[in-house]
Parts: sequence; structure tokens; C-alpha cells
Amino acid sequence: MEEKTVSGKKNFLKIFYEEISRSSFTIIILAILTGLILGGILAAATTKEIYEAFDVSFSEGIKESLKFIWKTYSSLFLGSFGNPKKMVESLSSGDTEAIRKAFKPFLESLVVTTPYLLTGVAVALGFQAGVFNIGGEGQLFMGSIMAAWAGFTFKGLSPIIHVPLALMIGVLAGALWGFIPGWLKAKTGSHEVITTIMMNYIAFSLSQYLITGPFVDPNEAFKTPFIEESAHLFRFFEDPLRLHIGIIIAIAVAFLVWYILYKTTWGFEFRTVGLNPHAAKYSGINSSLITILALTLSGAIAGLAGAVEMLGVNFRAVQSLTTGYGFDAIAIALLAKNHPLVVIITAMMFGFMRQGSRVMQINTGIPIDIISILQAFILFFIAAPAIIRTIYRLKEPKEKDVTPQLSGPGEKI
Amino acid sequence: MEKSTQINKKTFRKADKAKTRQRIMGIIILAIGAFIWFVLARTTTPGLETLFVMTPGGSLVKSPDLKFNTLVVINTLAILCLCFGIFQFIKGFGKYTNFVLILVGIMLTTSFLAWGASGGSINVGGMLRIMIMRSIPIVLGALSGILCERAGVVNIAIEGMMITGALVGAVVGSLYGLWAGAIAATIAGGLISIVHGFLSIKYKVDQIISGTIINIFTIGITSYIVTKILQEREWQYLNECGIFMPTSIPLLSKIPYIGPILFNHNPYVYSMYIMVFVLTIALFYTKWGLRLRAVGEHPKAADTLGINVFGIRYVAVILGGMLAGFAGSYFSLGSAGYFNQDMTAGRGFIGLAAMIFGNWTPVGSLGAGLLFGFAESLANNLALLRVPIPSDILLMVPYILTMVVLAGVVGRSRGPAAAGTPYEKESL
Repeated sequence: MEEKTVSGKKNFLKIFYEEISRSSFTIIILAILTGLILGGILAAATTKEIYEAFDVSFSEGIKESLKFIWKTYSSLFLGSFGNPKKMVESLSSGDTEAIRKAFKPFLESLVVTTPYLLTGVAVALGFQAGVFNIGGEGQLFMGSIMAAWAGFTFKGLSPIIHVPLALMIGVLAGALWGFIPGWLKAKTGSHEVITTIMMNYIAFSLSQYLITGPFVDPNEAFKTPFIEESAHLFRFFEDPLRLHIGIIIAIAVAFLVWYILYKTTWGFEFRTVGLNPHAAKYSGINSSLITILALTLSGAIAGLAGAVEMLGVNFRAVQSLTTGYGFDAIAIALLAKNHPLVVIITAMMFGFMRQGSRVMQINTGIPIDIISILQAFILFFIAAPAIIRTIYRLKEPKEKDVTPQLSGPGEKI
Repeated sequence: MEKSTQINKKTFRKADKAKTRQRIMGIIILAIGAFIWFVLARTTTPGLETLFVMTPGGSLVKSPDLKFNTLVVINTLAILCLCFGIFQFIKGFGKYTNFVLILVGIMLTTSFLAWGASGGSINVGGMLRIMIMRSIPIVLGALSGILCERAGVVNIAIEGMMITGALVGAVVGSLYGLWAGAIAATIAGGLISIVHGFLSIKYKVDQIISGTIINIFTIGITSYIVTKILQEREWQYLNECGIFMPTSIPLLSKIPYIGPILFNHNPYVYSMYIMVFVLTIALFYTKWGLRLRAVGEHPKAADTLGINVFGIRYVAVILGGMLAGFAGSYFSLGSAGYFNQDMTAGRGFIGLAAMIFGNWTPVGSLGAGLLFGFAESLANNLALLRVPIPSDILLMVPYILTMVVLAGVVGRSRGPAAAGTPYEKESL
């Protein structure tokens, strides 16, 4: 009692320190920070000018490195968010052209965020129900090519019918690509990690075939025709700005999935199967049905991502290898700990980084791939919080489950 | 009393299931026979001949070519297939079912090739030789997966270890020669796998997540190094490693038919044969292999018996990573002669599929790898055949086949029981 009053302030600091140590939020922040530091070191270490500066003197080298890292990350920021000073200036001047230019990076980042958000929600939904959907990429491919088909085939429809129709067809294609692995898992026990990967390859080959064969543009090889004007998604601004209604759809889907997962009986069953399949079975939940539903819904959302990207940005399907959205989505979902609303934030992080990295490459010559490396570092530290604890001398949490452990499908291959 | 009837019911149900599986199998074989009979044979012009060239291009050892009447051969194969199907449906081949299925598959492809090349010729020898080459990374990847999973660690980072091996192999190979490149790639794969072991064994991170992280990282960093360094003109000499030349094995390569196809390759092919053999022996006929499998099936029991679970797992993961790194170096040192970001193209994942296909045994995954390799080789050669099937569609076949296999048509494949679950030693 006496001690407490004497060192009241110290105690407060100690409690504060312990609280901070235990919070998973701290771990995430420190993981991101450490990832950025390591990425910066990598960027500096692979740049010629830095070595030249180190040849002059050690302190010069350090100075140059810090300058370079600052330049790298600041251009990443400017490329993704835009220049705040220019934004304010343009707003006060009232010149529409200047405003558009100032806000372009930010709006473009939102465009890139859209497919990330949808695929991230798709993967998170799967994880919540205990299935690992690596097939986001294939589902996205199918969604986008089928939406393109619906876009250029039906002619003379009103946009009010055409857009939902094309979206719906994309969603159905993605759902089918999710349903097959789900059905196989529920009925035969074949593991979805392998089957969804197989479905990815089937989707790549199939869309390749469709683009070169049945759906090909008669005037141009390896491309489909452009979709009809009536199938375009609504765009908020004039042409150079591509921000379309897809971001609203994506956020709405994230909220919908959150509502289903946390506010309905269905969602409760989803999460129960994900947390403990055995308990779910004994409490009378039809877990095979839930597995099928989860993968189908997950596929449908990934298919929607492809369809939205097609109708809002690309307007035609062209030959391409991978978009990377389906795979990055795994990291997005894991970072958000599979919470659909947190996915909105992590997807924005990825989308903004991807958009900003282009500017960064132009300004500093650092390849876009550094984004993947950063993501891997961050995930690495979040996956193993013990490493972060050791580096920053944080206290071990008393209860085990306080750690932000990343959890996967919880079942073996 | 009640208990015994329950057991009886259970065994009945089991027998019932086996019977159904046998019947389904019979129907599948019958369908294949019917396909050959009604589709391939009916669309063949009678009297045309097919020439199977059995000597791969550039081979010094000549094998006699096969020339035959197309329709006769296709009809014979169809009838044989139908007979097999009927026998399987009524009586069943029992434990030889898988063997018969492979036979039926060979008959199907033979009649398909004969049909496609009717009135012309096709270099089957060359196709089979390419099949062997294409299967190398898949089989080695599968072996890597077997090592890890048999010890209870799921490794989906094989793809990432392969791409690292390919890059390191290309760079070190350009500087110090091909063998140095291969060795360096092997070491690099081992180093990456230490991270996987560290995360999944020590920190008990979900193994699939750990693998995903490694995949993201390796694919990112290799691509980064290529764009930042190897594409610069002054560093280009780091990416010109060249490839291993084929060396024929003295006596074996002289055997007609088999020799030029199997024994006239670069060292990667021979190391694949050796690795399959060595791993089979090591896993199933040595004390170490028994321990490794015990750790993968029931780590707690193994621990109780005094086996060092963590040690065995680390060794298995590192050996597996070394194998995957070596497999990756095939792309740059055995096939292309340089490093390219897209060269692995998901072969690591296909290797995992081959592992499952082959029921977690080295010989089985060799067979599965050859199947995948054949599909790739066939897809490449399809343009030479006058076949109305787009190559993209044919490329889907192995993946569909894997899913069918996974769905349990061939008999359920079952992996090591403890694969994917970190082992936690209980404290006293």
C-alpha cells in the first residue's frame, strides 16, 4: 500500500508499458515499422550511389543512405496519397484541372484498392469458416472473363440491367470455381489448398483458351472485344480519373460479410466450424454444408472482384499471366486477422502501396517488387510476435491467446 | 451382442464402399474404352497408316520405328480396354487396380496419338524424352514435399525455394561454373528452409502461413534482384550461365527404345533417378526413415520413445529445402541457360500435387511427375498433330486429373497424420 503511493508515477509507467507490451496493436505497429526499416536497408544496399557515398566517408554514406530511404518512402507516400500541399493549394485556387491533378494519386489508389478489398474479404470469409482459399486468383480470372463476355455479348440493354447482369455472371463464375473445391472437400475430403490451386491453373488455361478462341476479337488476336458502353460501371469523375463505383460495392460487401459473420446464426455457424470443427459437429451444425457454402461465397466475392475490375477499369480481357490480387489477398486477410472490416484498412494499405510503388520506381529506381518484400517482412513479424518481443524487449503476455497469432485453416493438408 | 452387430454393420459398409469404388472404376474404364471405340476409331479413315518415330531428334542410337495400320491398332486397344472394364466391373482387379488404370491410360494416349497422326508420323521417342525432362522439377519438388510432410511439416514454400535456387544457380553458375551453381542453389534452398523450420517448428506458426510468407518473400526478392541488378548492362554477365550438356550413360544408352529416351540426358535426370531410389530406401528401409515417419504420424509417441522430434523435423525440412533449391536450379542450369522471373511457373505447387497423387511415396510421385511431364510435352507437340483440341484445353487435363484422384477415385490418398500440426513438448 505504502509502496504504491511512493512510486505511483513509476507504477503508472510500468502498467502502461505492460499494457502496451501485451496489446496486439503494438505488435502490428512494430512489425510494420521493422518491415519498413529492413526494406529501407535493402533498398539502400542495392543502390550504386550509396556505395559511392560510402567510398567518400562513412558518415557521408550513412547520411546518403538515410536521405535515400527518406526519398524512397516519401515518393511511395506521394505516389499513393498525393501531395497534401498541392491539394490544399488547388482547393483554394478552385481550378478544377489542378484539383483533379492533385487528387489523382489518391483516387487511383482507391481504384487499385477495390479488387484487393474484395479478394481480401473473400479469403477472410474462407478463413473464418476454416477453409484456406488460395484459389482467389482463378476465381477472379473466371469472374473477369465471364463479365467481359456478358459485357460484349448483350447489346442494346439499359445500363440498369446490363451492369448487374454482367456482375451477376461474373459472380456466378467465381462461385462455381469456389463451389467445386468446396463440394470436393465436403464430400470426399480432398484438401482445398491443393484443389483450389488446381482450379487456378484450370482457370488460367481456360481463360487463355477463351481469349484466343471463342471470345476473341475478330480484329485483334489474344484479346476480347471491348465491352458495351452500357456495361461500364459508373465513374465519379471525367476520363483520366478512373475511380468507379466498385469501391462502394466493395465496402458494402465487406460490411455485408461482417454482418453475416457476426450478427446472424449462419455466421455463428461459419465461425464455429472454423474454430472447432469437432465442436461444431457435436452441436449439430452441418459442417459439410458450411464448408461448401463458405468456399462458394468466397469464390463468388473473388469473382465479383474480377467482374468489377473488368467493368470498371479494363473493359476488355487480354492475355495475361497473373494479376497477383488473389495471392496478395491471403496476406491482406491474415494481416486483418480475418475480420472483414479490418480488411478494409489492410486492403487500402496494399492498394496504396501498389499504386505508390510506381511513382517510387520512377523517382528512385527501386523496383515495384519491394512491396512484396515489405509485405513478407511485415507478415513474418506478425506471424512470429516472439521475434518482435525479443527485438523491442516487450513483456511476454500472461495469457497465451492474447498474442495476435495468425491462424490458418487449422487443418492439415 | 449389440457391439458385434455394430462392428458387422461397419465392416459391411466398408465392403459396400469398396464395391462401389470398384464399380465406378469399371465404369470409368468402360467409358474410356467406349470413347476409343466410338469417337477415335469411328473418325479414323480405314487403311491409313501411322508412323511412330522412336528415335529422339539428335540421338546417335537409332531405334527401329513403328509403323502400323491405325484403325486396326485403335480397335484392338478399344476392345482390350472394354474387356478390362467389364472384368473390373464384375470381379475387380483388387490390388492391381491402379496398375490396370495406368495401363488403360497408356492405351488411351497411344490410341489418341495414333489417331492424331493417322496418315502421317509423330516422333514419340522425342516426346517421351521431353516428358522425362519436364518432369524433373516436378518430381524433385514432390520428393522435397515428401521429406517434409513425412516428418509432419507441410511445406508449400517449395515454389519459393525453387525460384531462389534458380536465381542463385544462374548467378553462381555464371561466375564459377555449372556445378558450383547447382551446389549453391542447393545450399540456398536449405537456407530458406531454415526460416521455414524456424517459424513452423520453433515459433509454431501455422505451417501454411509460414510457407505463404516465404513464397511472397522469395518471389518478391528474386524479381527485385532481376529488375534492379541483372537487367543492368554492366551486370548482365551474371545471368549467362549456360546449361549442362547431355551425357549418355555408356552401356544403358545403347539399349534400343529405352536408351535414348532414358539414358541420354543431362545430370539432372540421373540425379532424379538416384534421388527417387535413395529416398525410397532411406524412408522405408532405414532406422532414420522409420523415425522420420513416426514423427510425422504420431510425434508424441515418437517423443516418448526418445526420438528427438524437433531435430528430425529440422533435418527433414532442411533436406527438403535443399532438394527444392536443387530442383529450382534445373530451370536455369538444366533448361534455359539464364534466369527469368516466370520460369518456375507454379511447378512447386504441381510438385505438391504430384506428391499427393503419388500417395506420399517417392516411386508414386515419380509416376505422377511423369504424367504431368507427359501432358506438358503433349501440349507442346499438339501443333504437329492434326487434332481439333486446343493446347490450352489439353493443359488443363493433368490438373483435372489430380482433382479426380484427390476426390478418391483411385482410392483415397492419405497423408501423414501429424502433417501441419506443430509439436508441443509437454512440460513436466
